[in-house]
Amino acid sequence: MLSAAQLESYIKQGLTCDYIKAFGDDGTHFEAVIVSPAFVGKSMVQQHQLVYSVLGDRMREEIHALSMKTYTPQKWQELKDMEK
Amino acid sequence: MDAQAKIKETVTNNPVVLYMKGSPKFPQCGFSNLATQILDACDVKYVTVDVLADQEIREGIKQYANWPTIPQLYVKGEFVGGADIMRAMYESGELQTLLAGA
Repeated sequence: MLSAAQLESYIKQGLTCDYIKAFGDDGTHFEAVIVSPAFVGKSMVQQHQLVYSVLGDRMREEIHALSMKTYTPQKWQELKDMEK
Repeated sequence: MDAQAKIKETVTNNPVVLYMKGSPKFPQCGFSNLATQILDACDVKYVTVDVLADQEIREGIKQYANWPTIPQLYVKGEFVGGADIMRAMYESGELQTLLAGA
């Protein structure tokens, strides 16, 4: 069964992540927060498509749903600053 | 007509189309349910396509927008996003603006 930690490692293999945290313990439904410099200049659709493309066939075979929040490093920093 | 042509026709002929699992009254997945609730909250007329009723459409729609999950929202023929993006756009007000022009 796929774990959230395995999912994180799959994504990290294909995408440079400043930060990644995946949640989900049923093996098929996951949530993830992903911060990557590769997202800069991309729309939200394009950012999610990038993650899906890294996961490739795993999205068809192993993962039923992946709910994502994707951020550029700059946006992520802004969010963290807001919490201070 | 193959699945890609059928999808193109559907999203072109209807201003707002949601591909989902089940129907708005009987959604078969939490994400599809969320998507219909968001559209209802936007007070917009939309048509839905139940992908569970047609295996070719279910697979075809994933290729059409290079998007591997369902639900999928199309406005004026353009792919907008899945449930996460719909929620983010609703919260920011972008979705209401987009739909008002549809």
